[in-house]
Amino acid sequence: MATRNIRYREALREAMMEEMEKDSTIFLMGEEVGYYQGAYKVSEGMIEKFGPKRVIDAPIVEGGFAGIGVGAAMTGLRPIIEFMTWNFSAVAFDQILNNAAKVRQMSGGQFKCPIVFRGPNASARQVGSQHSHAMEHFYATVPGLKVVAPAFPADAKGLMKAAIRDDNPVLVMESETLYSVKGDVPDELEGGEIVPLGKAKVVQEGTDVTIVAYSRMTHVALEAAAALAKENISAEVVDLRSLRPLDEGTIVASVRKTHRCVIVHEGWPYGGVGAEITDRVQRLAFDSLDAPILRVTTLDVPMPYNAKLEQLCIPQTPRVIAAVKRVMARRSN
Amino acid sequence: MPTASELKPLYRQMQLIRRLEEEAARAYAQGKIGGFLHLYIGQEAAGVGALAALEKNDYVITTYRDHGIAIAKGMSPRSLMAELWGKDTGCSRGLGGSMHLFDSKNRMLGGYGIVGGHIPLAAGVAFASKYRDLKEVTLCFFGDGAVSIAGFHEALSLAALWKLPIVFICENNEYSMGTPLSRTMSVDDASKKAPGYGIPGDQFRADDVLDVRDRIRIAVDRARNESMPTLVELRTYRFRGHSMSDPGKYRTPEELEERKQKDPVHRARELLLKLGEKEESIKALEAEIEAEVEDAIKFADESPEPKMDLLEPTTYDGPFAA
Repeated sequence: MATRNIRYREALREAMMEEMEKDSTIFLMGEEVGYYQGAYKVSEGMIEKFGPKRVIDAPIVEGGFAGIGVGAAMTGLRPIIEFMTWNFSAVAFDQILNNAAKVRQMSGGQFKCPIVFRGPNASARQVGSQHSHAMEHFYATVPGLKVVAPAFPADAKGLMKAAIRDDNPVLVMESETLYSVKGDVPDELEGGEIVPLGKAKVVQEGTDVTIVAYSRMTHVALEAAAALAKENISAEVVDLRSLRPLDEGTIVASVRKTHRCVIVHEGWPYGGVGAEITDRVQRLAFDSLDAPILRVTTLDVPMPYNAKLEQLCIPQTPRVIAAVKRVMARRSN
Repeated sequence: MPTASELKPLYRQMQLIRRLEEEAARAYAQGKIGGFLHLYIGQEAAGVGALAALEKNDYVITTYRDHGIAIAKGMSPRSLMAELWGKDTGCSRGLGGSMHLFDSKNRMLGGYGIVGGHIPLAAGVAFASKYRDLKEVTLCFFGDGAVSIAGFHEALSLAALWKLPIVFICENNEYSMGTPLSRTMSVDDASKKAPGYGIPGDQFRADDVLDVRDRIRIAVDRARNESMPTLVELRTYRFRGHSMSDPGKYRTPEELEERKQKDPVHRARELLLKLGEKEESIKALEAEIEAEVEDAIKFADESPEPKMDLLEPTTYDGPFAA
């Protein structure tokens, strides 16, 4: 299959533009998405192509335009709502939790809400405690929502397309620190290339330990796996891609093979995606485990501004390696 | 002068809503209805009058005090009562309850339980009509308790900025649950907030159903023809508590009695007589309503409960995972 090497932000943009060309009910709304060309240039050039009717600059009113998106989705449009960052979705939480996620069920199935909420999530660089949240943990608990967090350009494009085509609210968690990362993306095929929602991917095969990660932490996990290989520890890396639905089948199959599991994600350790995976693995693969499941997360404090302290709070490769060595200490040979 | 023939169907709706809710209150006391039950009794002229200004393809969306709005938009009494009873035959299949009445066929986009949360959503419905160049109008109801919360201001701000075809209707019943207006609002009229957003406002008493229809029609026409939003405050009064658990001790019996003297349903009935409708003909209409209410209760009583297998397909549209 022919591929092109493009950046993560370009992959997201291509997905939106290709879908918008096919379906006039799709529009993009958010702060600075139009004439400013996107705060992180994800929507660069889109207003020139589709005009201000479909690429809509909104004032700074996340709750308001998130609600506009839900109402429009209920009456036949397919909105893509951009949050400049997911941090700002906190003031739109009510719209996502109480309206987008609930309207189908509380109407007895009469209404659906085909909407995409997207934007960069988790830490950037030294943006302080209010701009560094990993928000996926809050949203992934909510029935009625789907949540994805791609790590590579190909998945960013494929999952964005799947999100746009899905008839439910889908939250796409991007990453400011991944926007410039390049990767091979398949050329558009007849019918479009999508990555199905709810399917994880083994991005590196291994036999000794399973490292589960998503978004930027997949890259950290791969770095750790490369370092561990030099010490003869073979790590398998599972990139979740989707957080809800969660592909427990792929995780469990990997742990049954390796007998050990380390989960890496940004965000705090209390509850969250890592805790959810831990629950499933201990229930579904209890007899396969040779060591306790460990989580490598952001430390349990608000994110500090200081560069060194920030780096110590965010999961880094050495912490992943240390966690793997702890579970490997129980190696039976 | 209005005619009896234009008033009669509106009186019929108001009386039907009144009687359905009186029976709902009784059923609540009997334990047939659970959770919250917010009655519209006393406010019927507001919803019925405003919705009489709409065309069939127009949308309405409201708060958890939604029984009257749903019936006025065309929901059947059976569908309403079965929903209150939590039955599978209810408008929302027993999953929504009193606060979440939905009727897609009649473009009733729901009752919502978070104060102010549905107002931006209503603006989105109007946005969609404008996006598709359809001459539809959205009517959005909320209470005086909603005018302090962000959703109200954000929706008005965006609707004004983008000139959306919507009418925002504040049903000011003078109490934000148990707190009087004077302690919740810095002005005595919510429509005074309209100029701040650069949109027209209007305010009047919702006692006369035809008057409400005619005044709301001005705003509806403005939305349809000029794509300009309006903020209207309707002064009204609820005769019952905020919900069934509220004895309403924050107001005097004298105040309540004085307001009941201005009951909009009785007022419409008296006007009907004045316009030449015969007492026997009104009585026949009322008997018809009684039969309809009785039928709805029987239907709700006899309907089946929803089953567990309804939950998954109503949580997600289509398969959850690929």
